[in-house]
Amino acid sequence: MLPELIILGIFLIVFLCDTFTPDNGKKFLTPLTSVLFLLATVAIWIVPSCQESVFGGMYVDNAACKAMKCVLNVGAFICFLEASKWISTKEVVIRKGEFFELILITLFGMYLMISARHFLLFIIGLESASLPIAALVAFNKHKYESHEAAIKYIMTAVFSSAILLTGLSFVYAFSGGSLYFSDIAAQISAGEMSGLLLFALAFVLAGIGFKLSLVPFHLWTADVYQGAPTAVTAYLSVVSKGAAAFAFFIIFVQVFGQVYSAAWEWMLYAVIIATITIGNLFAMRQKNMKRFMAFSSVSQAGYVMLGAMAADELGLASMMFYILVYVVSNLGAFAVISTIEDRTGYVGMDDYNGLHKTNPYLAVAMTLAMFSLAGIPPFAGFFSKILIFTSVTGTNSMALYMLVLIALINTIISLYYYLLVVKAMWISSDAPKIESFKAGCTEKTALWICVLGIVFLGLVSYVYQYFVSSVGASALLSLN
Amino acid sequence: MNLDILWYLVPSVIMFCCGVYGFVTRKNMIAMLVSLELMLNSADLNFAIFNRFLFPDKMEGMVFTLFAIAIAAAETAVAIAIIINIYRSIGSTEIVETNKMKH
Repeated sequence: MLPELIILGIFLIVFLCDTFTPDNGKKFLTPLTSVLFLLATVAIWIVPSCQESVFGGMYVDNAACKAMKCVLNVGAFICFLEASKWISTKEVVIRKGEFFELILITLFGMYLMISARHFLLFIIGLESASLPIAALVAFNKHKYESHEAAIKYIMTAVFSSAILLTGLSFVYAFSGGSLYFSDIAAQISAGEMSGLLLFALAFVLAGIGFKLSLVPFHLWTADVYQGAPTAVTAYLSVVSKGAAAFAFFIIFVQVFGQVYSAAWEWMLYAVIIATITIGNLFAMRQKNMKRFMAFSSVSQAGYVMLGAMAADELGLASMMFYILVYVVSNLGAFAVISTIEDRTGYVGMDDYNGLHKTNPYLAVAMTLAMFSLAGIPPFAGFFSKILIFTSVTGTNSMALYMLVLIALINTIISLYYYLLVVKAMWISSDAPKIESFKAGCTEKTALWICVLGIVFLGLVSYVYQYFVSSVGASALLSLN
Repeated sequence: MNLDILWYLVPSVIMFCCGVYGFVTRKNMIAMLVSLELMLNSADLNFAIFNRFLFPDKMEGMVFTLFAIAIAAAETAVAIAIIINIYRSIGSTEIVETNKMKH
């Protein structure tokens, strides 16, 4: 339970400092939280993990879970850095502490989602990860769009939990009276396939698909991303999505792994194709940068799910690597978007025309992020796409080759709209709208981390090796 | 025995369908929230039914139901708070009023 306890400890420290210091002493909250959080991440990473299970096996911690939590921590840390400027503005500074507390609690929920080996603990983790996010989306109390986004988010979140719970209740009917992942898996593989089990599986897939914004459950994404404060959008698009993807993989492989080819392979196959294609097609016609990133993230979720399609150890390792690269690339893009929005209020793609004349460093960072998201070598996005494609084609099945071919064609389509941003910044001859300004210290740090990640993550093969060995060491896929 | 479980399961499924229908067709946010509650309660009912009829010597379904009720209450609280905020800013809880963002 070490990572969870550390996060809870930081939460308590931040909460107490927030409550018992005078209002003019709140300046230190951002550095305090960031430094504590950085130390915690390092501690979680360094302290050797032992195979431990708590609460009668409901909670399991091992090397692979630890690596996933570290990936999420990297994303949350960059989000803290990006948010520090926005959180000190006049409208929201009074609720500065709450922002950090809510984010820490969602992280705690995500940790539980990843480590849960029992559906009760998983549901508790899922809800404590998604409810505080609704409060975060509604954080700009004086902005109407924030409320509209929040109501759309909470309605879809509750709807998806209801669907997930109904699906689980039917799974429970097959489970022999136990909600442990391993017990359910044993019961399902012992019994024969039935229509009701397929029905239950479709409900579970839909429930988790909502959280991941897979097509056809993606309709909330664009509005929520546009209306939420940009720092929260960044958090929602990477950390929340990454945790849901990991949980999806663990549940589907551990619980339903035995009925993979009979039941959910073709469901996921259709969902992945729809997600990648429709996300791409809608992203092309977006003019608002936040809506654009929303549809881009829908399409990226489809690529992430390719790892679940592979449903083996390499699939999980490449999925972890993909999400880490996605964290740095997407947060790089969001750092530029939020910096520009804080200073000038512009979020349209046309507002970025001629950005390189006034803010060349921001333009370079945005270009690198777009190249990485599109998968242009030698940036990290290229390697993450290659690894995830290779993991899917490992089984030599024709259908999976076709899936990778469709994903490849979609990569080329995505190149078009990612390069639209680059074109606006570098080639457009219009007079630049955004004036020259200096980014703050924290924003620069966040951008540097992202840029370094984009350039070096792919070239340094140690990272991927670390994921492969951590997955191999933890026997995550075996069913006891 | 089989007939017995159906007497409870069919109303629960009907309740779920009513919830989905209400969520899709209702225009008022409070009414939508009520529909969501119907769906959640139907899921809870399912757990209790399966536990009682299929695994009467175990308790996991009942315990799960208790937790799910608590979680549903938390969800409703957050949703109501957001609806109150919306009512303060636009003076209405109709869902058609909340489409100001461009498509």
